[in-house]
Amino acid sequence: MSTAGPLLQVEKLSKHYSVGSRGLFRRSGGTIRAVDDVSFHLRVGETLGLVGESGCGKTTTARSILHLVQPTGGTVRFEGEDILPVFAAGARPDVLRIRSRLQYVFQDPTLALNPRWTIGETLREPLRIHWPGRRDQWEARIAELLGLVGLEPQHAWRYPHEFSGGQRQRVGIARALAVEPRLLILDEPVSSLDISVRAQILNLLVSLQQRLGLGYLYISHDLASVRFVSSHVAVMYLGKLVEMAEVDAIFARPRHHYTRALLSAIPVPDPDSTQPRIALQGEVPSALRRPAGCPFHPRCPAARTVCREVEPRLEEDEFGHRLACHNPA
Amino acid sequence: MPSIPVSASSPPLLRAEGLVVHFHTRDGVVRAVDGVDFEVGRGETLGIVGESGSGKTISSLALLRLVPPPARIEAGRVLFEGEDLLALPETAMTRVRGRRISMIFQNPATSLNPILSVGAQLSEILVWHGMATKREAPERIAELLRLVGLTDPAARLRQYPHELSGGMRQRVGIARALLCDPSLVLADEPTTALDVTIQAQILDLLAELRARLGMSMVLVTHDMGVVARMADRITVMYAGRVCESGSARTIFHSPQHPYTRALLDSMPRLDRSYRSGGRQLLPAIAGRPPGLLNPPAGCRFAARCPEATAECRRVLPVQVAVGPDHMVACLRRGSQGMAA
Repeated sequence: MSTAGPLLQVEKLSKHYSVGSRGLFRRSGGTIRAVDDVSFHLRVGETLGLVGESGCGKTTTARSILHLVQPTGGTVRFEGEDILPVFAAGARPDVLRIRSRLQYVFQDPTLALNPRWTIGETLREPLRIHWPGRRDQWEARIAELLGLVGLEPQHAWRYPHEFSGGQRQRVGIARALAVEPRLLILDEPVSSLDISVRAQILNLLVSLQQRLGLGYLYISHDLASVRFVSSHVAVMYLGKLVEMAEVDAIFARPRHHYTRALLSAIPVPDPDSTQPRIALQGEVPSALRRPAGCPFHPRCPAARTVCREVEPRLEEDEFGHRLACHNPA
Repeated sequence: MPSIPVSASSPPLLRAEGLVVHFHTRDGVVRAVDGVDFEVGRGETLGIVGESGSGKTISSLALLRLVPPPARIEAGRVLFEGEDLLALPETAMTRVRGRRISMIFQNPATSLNPILSVGAQLSEILVWHGMATKREAPERIAELLRLVGLTDPAARLRQYPHELSGGMRQRVGIARALLCDPSLVLADEPTTALDVTIQAQILDLLAELRARLGMSMVLVTHDMGVVARMADRITVMYAGRVCESGSARTIFHSPQHPYTRALLDSMPRLDRSYRSGGRQLLPAIAGRPPGLLNPPAGCRFAARCPEATAECRRVLPVQVAVGPDHMVACLRRGSQGMAA
């Protein structure tokens, strides 16, 4: 395994669902392309922010990487290893080896923690599964994990209901870190938290990354937190990656018209803001009635004839800014 | 954004005074709203901001006496167009709700009746309030659906909520709130359930309606961006009490209360780089809001406040004017203390 290569390399990942082709009336079937030909990579110590509106495919992308949904196409290389066939084969030792290095943090820590388990039991579970031969180290590791996420050793004896949302999310992060992963997939990790507590958890994520050299795939619709956490940002629309670049390039010089509209739609916390708004007409079309050509063209202020006919390819410029647009800003 | 001064000569449209709402739970009394004052001028949008558990939603529901059990309104007055709504008999209240004060709900998917067509459920409201006969109602409803930007209103009347997208449903929710030409609209997180590009469309619509109809609104939200865009005046709540009230510009540009300041500072910003010149962290507020079952004796923010003194932990601060239309409840800003 080479250390210079990317931590995670996703190539042409697709997840298609076919719908309505069976049944009494045999309606003309269709295909929902929830994730369509998505490629990106992520290096050690980097955070890729994956953004887009509901239904754009960002969560399906994350779940496909972990084979929590079965992708219909594409490859995922993690630390150089082609992991989708390993998950598909389902040999427990191989699956565990990958899962221990690639962990998921859920949006709502209240739902993701077992209410009948103490925090200690919750943290012991991944150790029991992944470190069965290191039983003598479990308790020390639990104490270490609690310290790492800013909790006290005696918290191991408490139950989730005794904690606030922010503390529960610390437990969710500690559990994901238990068996020393290299990559965390963070799916809206602060969306369910109070606004005065979000900054604490965002800071914790950044500090842990610096300390442990982790890679993060950070999924969120909260673009301000994406700007804070991410080193790179990928924007999805109707299952497609439409733009990807370094974080400051995306926010300061977005080039895809969807990215520009998305950023300009977010109200700025300043009553005197003169931020120009790019109003988008209409709503995201149903994934079943995906427009031909560029999927964004019916709502795009800069659409030309070619956009209605030819789907733009995601192309990279000399600065590593990737863009799928015939007529960029 | 024009801010409309509330002058002494024109009394506010609505004034809540000393509002107290308690939840009577098995474990004891939860003091969800504990002595809250705010006012809304005519044609004005008041933003009530705070995090979950701050009491912002319960305060707005208390205006219509709609607090859910086991909550009970314990004290206070809600002065609205010359009467105290908290003193009205229940039958008179039913003539206020939906007619003189209406609501826009957070989730249009659950606040519309799924088994009635749009026309049927809106018509019911008009007929109930005696604003139109069953025969006249469709015309008035179609007019409002057009006003909120829905195309082909005649067809919409026959549609059911599940046939509409989230953004269209919230437009129907807004049309419903405006049906009886109310004096005041309460909107609790009206765009939180929507995607940002749809949120932007709905905020544009609300701003346009406010300008066209002179609509007065109470906007309850945790989103500082939404409140900056929409509100003329802002009331900031924390743990069941008001910290600070003032014009939107004052609250954002010269906040005085330590909580308001810390909250604004701690939020990540879209327009800031956190990577130029080394990795930066956010100035987070340590700790978390207090439980309201046994709230701390003094200022509710004292345990997290960088400026707190021993006195702050002992006595409750009372709001004091620190500028024109700018009230702060903080001993360190000149508030009087009140024994808790």
